[in-house]
Amino acid sequence: MKQKLMGLNGDEAAAYATKQVDPDVVAAYPITPQTIIVERFSEYVADGQVHSEFVAVESEHSALSSCIGAAAAGARAYTATAANGLALMWEMTYIASGVRLPIVMSVVNRALSAPLNIHNDHSDSMGARDSGWIQIYCENSQEVYDAHVEAWRIAEHEDVLLPVMICFDGYTISHTMENVMTLPDEDVKGFVGKRGFIKVQGHLGEAELRLDPGCPISMGPVDLQDFYFEHKVHQMEAMDEALKVIPTVDKEYGALSGRNYSHVHPYRMDDAEVAILGLGSAMGTTRAVVDELRGEGVKAGMVKLRTFRPLPAADLMKVAGDAPVLGVIEKDLSFGAVGSPLYEDVRAAFYGAGSKPLVANYVHGLGGRDTSMAMIRGIYEDLLKIKRKGRVDKTMNYVGLRE
Amino acid sequence: MSQITLKDMAAKPDLLCPGARLCAGCDESIIVRMVLKATRGPTIVTNATGCLEVATSIFPYTSWDVPWIHSAFENTAATASGIEAAYKAMRRRGEGPLAKYPQLDVIAFAGDGGTYDIGLQALSGAMERGHDFTYVLLDNEAYMNTGIQRSGGTPFTAATTTSPAGQVMPGKLEWKKPIDDIIIAHAIPFTATINAAWPLDVMKKARKAFEAEGPAFLHALTPCARGWRYPPEKTIAVSRLAVQTCVLPLYECRQEGGDVVYELSAPSLAIAKRPESKKPVEEYLQMQGRFRHLFRPERREDLLKALQEGIDKRWDTLLKKCGL
Repeated sequence: MKQKLMGLNGDEAAAYATKQVDPDVVAAYPITPQTIIVERFSEYVADGQVHSEFVAVESEHSALSSCIGAAAAGARAYTATAANGLALMWEMTYIASGVRLPIVMSVVNRALSAPLNIHNDHSDSMGARDSGWIQIYCENSQEVYDAHVEAWRIAEHEDVLLPVMICFDGYTISHTMENVMTLPDEDVKGFVGKRGFIKVQGHLGEAELRLDPGCPISMGPVDLQDFYFEHKVHQMEAMDEALKVIPTVDKEYGALSGRNYSHVHPYRMDDAEVAILGLGSAMGTTRAVVDELRGEGVKAGMVKLRTFRPLPAADLMKVAGDAPVLGVIEKDLSFGAVGSPLYEDVRAAFYGAGSKPLVANYVHGLGGRDTSMAMIRGIYEDLLKIKRKGRVDKTMNYVGLRE
Repeated sequence: MSQITLKDMAAKPDLLCPGARLCAGCDESIIVRMVLKATRGPTIVTNATGCLEVATSIFPYTSWDVPWIHSAFENTAATASGIEAAYKAMRRRGEGPLAKYPQLDVIAFAGDGGTYDIGLQALSGAMERGHDFTYVLLDNEAYMNTGIQRSGGTPFTAATTTSPAGQVMPGKLEWKKPIDDIIIAHAIPFTATINAAWPLDVMKKARKAFEAEGPAFLHALTPCARGWRYPPEKTIAVSRLAVQTCVLPLYECRQEGGDVVYELSAPSLAIAKRPESKKPVEEYLQMQGRFRHLFRPERREDLLKALQEGIDKRWDTLLKKCGL
């Protein structure tokens, strides 16, 4: 199968993959640094290259609301946003997952206001981590492209039926042109197939879970003390299922594309004594530092987390558990908490384990501050110190902060 | 317009079934049943958070014999936009579960809070984009579902739990927002006011709304026995008086060849022709406890005069728009 090499930035890769998927409805509102996605997609619509109905809504709240209406009506619905746009959607993110609608959304990670900042960090999507969406983080434009093809199969899987957020770093990925291998249109269409519907019990008997004039059901009803709890636990179970379904989709996609993904991507971890765990574009920088350190004889490794929700705790422990010291790097804060979200998850995952690494938290890159190789090297040096001392003196560390 | 007769409509089954948990005397279910009777076939309904939604959908029960979705409060027009866009895309592609329907009536029901206030942005956006759906405003003039709080649709001097009649304040200090004017300013194909006291008019206008190509807006005044403080059996009487006093006249507004055409409906046209038949607003106010402070402990002549003048002014403006 012949793939085409294209020069695409992250936003263009998201738009191009979505063009190939050709969803029924794209409802979106422009926000930096996501704008290239809606611009490109509008061009595809204007040139008749897609069948999609593009709904140029008046807010992000309406963007996701329109996707909810469309997905409930049986359509494939896509949107894209960033930062404050995602914050404005907050109410609807919980509703999209609660109604079990397989919407796909690109989140081009950007710092949340205030102060106003258009550059990258993960405060936006981390704020939505409990909204019931699957979250996949990408390291580069290639991963952005691939995730935008795979996401539909994950979201629409009958054991999952959850919306998917594909998160990638504003500017660092969204505006940086890279080589991207793209599949032929027909291969993408064949891979995503047609959306299917599960059967539910409606008041007229068996019905498909959608707004069907032929067999009506009520969606998004009032759900009180007697059933709400069960429905929320169903969402938890769907997340557990997603943990199993994502690797099967990855495997199928790997066979098609030759690009193999998994929940976690360890790098030089086999004998690693100090390791960094993180997600997003910073992991490319980290990988380069690992190679440098290995060249100097330091047993450094790293673990890139691709799936953040559901958290692949078992996989994570398997690949990172043998490293004596682990540094969790992330671009977000949880004000007043013990640490930032990823750190807390990693610590919690290891808490009951027999042998566990020493874990420290390194917050970097807030508001788009550059994370250099020197900074990553500094983190490894700190981890080596922890290893020597055998204890973590300071769990929360700010990397690249002004003195 | 296709023919609507009371006989045919009476024979059609109700698509909002009996047994909902709405209060006795609630006008909303009456309007909803009438509007749904006028549907042409395949229909999808979306519903804002509010009395209608909570009283008709308590899981695992439902009162809706049409596909129905509630997602949130302020976004009904946006949800309807998505449903309509899905239908359009499937028709164009000739593929997808809705592709087989040559027409689809998409209806959004929302209250005054969800329309005048929190949902106005989404509604304006959907109207501007021209989605083909019918938005039905169920205007009971306050946030009834949360316990009678004032909204942008609450009339001047009405007492609510957040605009109570107190020692220094006589109920709501502001006038009702002119929502129909706001909607008409969007130049949508069809806007009309409806009232359950005139069922045939409701159903005819609903059918016109469904047949309009583009957004249509139906504004129903839906008296609320609990919030307006009148006996539940008086709902239709109160509703009728709103038209007879010109508090909410019955009319429709169409875009015809770039012109905005206003047309009074029969009950209001009769008043326009015989102005002496117009009833004083006091008759309407006196039936409702929310205006009691205008009469007791003493008559507030100043407020009653202001109310009558305000209603007269709006009526005169409407007559001019209708060329009368």
